[in-house]
Amino acid sequence: MNERLSTQRFLALPFGLWSILFIVLPLFFVLWNGLKAEAGGFTLEHLQTVLQWEYLKALGLSVELALISTFICLVLAYPLCLILRERKKSRGLLVFVLFLLPLWMNSLLTTMAWQTILEKHGIVNMFLQAIGLPEVHIINTPLAIIIGMVYNFLPYMVLPLYVAINRIDASIIEAARDLGANHYQTLRRVLLPLSMPGIVSGSTMVFIPALTTFVISALLGGNKVLLVGNIIEQEFTAAYDWQLGSALSMVLMVFIILNILLEAFNDNGEQAKKGARP
Amino acid sequence: MKFLHKYLRSLLLTLLVLSTFVMTGCDMFAEEEDEGADVLYVYSWGDYLSEDAIKQFEDETGIKVVLDEYDTNESMYPRIAEGAEAYDVLCPSDYMINKLIHNDLLQPLDFSQLPNARKNIGQDFFEQSKMFDREGKYSVPYCWGTVGIMYNTKMVQEPVDSWKILWDEKYKDNILMQDSARDAIMIPLRMLGYSMNTTNEAELQAARDLLIQQKPLVQAYGVDDIRDKLSSGEAALGVIFSGEAIKLMKSNPNLRFQPAPKEGTNVWIDSWVIPKNARHVENAHKFIDFMCRTDIAAANFEELGYSTPNTTVRDEVEEDLGEYVEVAFPPEEVYKGQESYSYLGEALDKLYTKLWLQVKVD
Repeated sequence: MNERLSTQRFLALPFGLWSILFIVLPLFFVLWNGLKAEAGGFTLEHLQTVLQWEYLKALGLSVELALISTFICLVLAYPLCLILRERKKSRGLLVFVLFLLPLWMNSLLTTMAWQTILEKHGIVNMFLQAIGLPEVHIINTPLAIIIGMVYNFLPYMVLPLYVAINRIDASIIEAARDLGANHYQTLRRVLLPLSMPGIVSGSTMVFIPALTTFVISALLGGNKVLLVGNIIEQEFTAAYDWQLGSALSMVLMVFIILNILLEAFNDNGEQAKKGARP
Repeated sequence: MKFLHKYLRSLLLTLLVLSTFVMTGCDMFAEEEDEGADVLYVYSWGDYLSEDAIKQFEDETGIKVVLDEYDTNESMYPRIAEGAEAYDVLCPSDYMINKLIHNDLLQPLDFSQLPNARKNIGQDFFEQSKMFDREGKYSVPYCWGTVGIMYNTKMVQEPVDSWKILWDEKYKDNILMQDSARDAIMIPLRMLGYSMNTTNEAELQAARDLLIQQKPLVQAYGVDDIRDKLSSGEAALGVIFSGEAIKLMKSNPNLRFQPAPKEGTNVWIDSWVIPKNARHVENAHKFIDFMCRTDIAAANFEELGYSTPNTTVRDEVEEDLGEYVEVAFPPEEVYKGQESYSYLGEALDKLYTKLWLQVKVD
C-alpha cells in the first residue's frame, strides 16, 4: 500500500512541477505586480486606477460582447447537437468533425481571413455589389468582433454540449413522448435540464476566452473597439506599466473565478441529485 | 510496481545528470566565446541591418557580432535599465535616447574613434539630435524620417498639405491613424500650434478632444497593417513613417506621399549609442564607425529604404531610385525647423497613455 502511494506520488511529480512552474508561479507574479507599491510594500493603488471609467467602460464592453457571443454559440450549437444525436453515428461524426475543423487551424489565420471577408472591399461587399445591393459596414465594429468570437469559439461550445446531449438516454425521451409531451415540452422539461452540465461548461469555455481575447478585437475591431484584453496588452507592451496590467488581469480573474465557481456549483448539484436517488 | 518505480527513478537520475552536463557545457562554451574571441553584442530593431553588412564587418575586423532584436523602444528599455544583459551597441529612437541619458544608462562616445561619423553624417542631423541628446555626446544618427500622410490619388483629388484633411467628413471610413499615443497626439498638437513636447495638460487635453472628434471618421488605428490597407486601396489616407513610403508607392502607383504637412510634423531619428555597462567599448566604436562608411550605409539604405543621415550615400544610390529620390532624400525644407520627440518624464508618459486610452474607449 505504501509502495503504491509513493509510486503514485512519483508519477504525479511532473504534473506537480508543471503546475507550480507554469500556473502557480505566474499567478503569483501577477498578484505581486498588481499589489506592489513603487516605494516597497503593498498597495491597492493600481486596483483603484482600474476603477476609473475608461477601464470600467472597456471591461463592461468586454463582458457584454462575451455574453452575446456565448449566447449565440449556445443557440447555434444546441440544435446542431440535437441533430447529431439523431443522426447515424458515422454521418454524425462527419458533421461533428467539420465543426471542430476550425480548431485545427491557427486562430490568427482564421481571424485574418475574416478580416478579408468583412473588409470594405472584402468578399461580402464584393458579392453584395455584384448583385446590386448596397454595401454593408461590418469591419471595425463590435459586430465584426462578435462574428470573430463566435467563429473561433463555437467548437468549445459544441464539444461539451455534444457529450452531454448524447449521454441522455433515448428511453427517457421516448417516455416523455409516451406520456404526451410535445416537442417543446420535451425540450424544456427533459432535454434542457438533462443537458445543463453541458450548457454550463460549454458557456464557460466560450465566455472565458471571449472575455480575455485581444487578437480578435485588434484585427476585426481595427483597434477602434477596445476590450480589456487590448488594454492589458498595451499596458504590458507599449506603456510598460506592468502594475496596472497586472491589476487589470486580477479583475479579469475575478470574473473567471466566478464563472468556474458557477460550473463547480452546477457539478456538485448534479452529483448531489444523483446521490439522492435510491 | 517496484520495477516501474526503479525504472522511473533511474530515468529521472539520467535526465538530471544529462541536463547538468548540458547546462555546464553551455556555460563553458559561452565563457570561452566571451573571453577568447572578439565579440560585440548588438541590440537593435528587427530587420534594421543588412546581413551582408554585418558579415563584412565580421570578415574585416574579426569581431563576431551577436545580434538581438526588439520591436518597440519600450520593450528594449527594461532590459537595459535592469542591466540583465550587457549589450555593447543599441539603436533606440530619439525620445528613448533622451530617457536613457536622463537615467544615466549611456556612456559618452569617443568621437576621435569615429572618423567616418564625423566626416559622413550630416551636421543638420547632429543639430536635430540636440532635441534629445542636448550635448551631442551620446549618439550617432543611423536612420531618420518624418511622420507624413500617404494618400491614394484615385480617392483624394485635392492637394494634401495639411493634417486637417484627416478631419474631413468626405473621407469618413477612409482614414488610417497610427495606434501609438505619441504619434497620434502629435498631430492635433501641431494643428493647434502647440509643441509636440508640451507638458501643459490643458494643451494635451485639447489635442485628445480633437482625436475624439475625429474618431467616427477613422477606419482603423494600426501599426503595420496600415501599409497593407493603403497598398490594397482599402483606405484613402493614412499616417505613416516616411521610410515606408517608397515601398508602398512601388506596390501601388496611385499612392503619393506628403512627408511634412504644413502645421509641422515629427522628425524621428534612430541613433547608435553605447550603454554604460558595455563590455566591448572599443569594438562598439568600430562597429558604429563601420556603419557610417559610405558603402555600408548605402547597402543598409538599399535594403531598408529608410532615409539615411549619411550625406555621401546619395551619389551611390541616386540612379536606382529614379523618381523616388526626393522621398528618400527629402529637401531641407521638409525637416529644417521641425521638432523631434524628447523624453517627458514618467508622469507625462502615464498621462499620454491615459489620454490615448480615453480616445480609444470613447
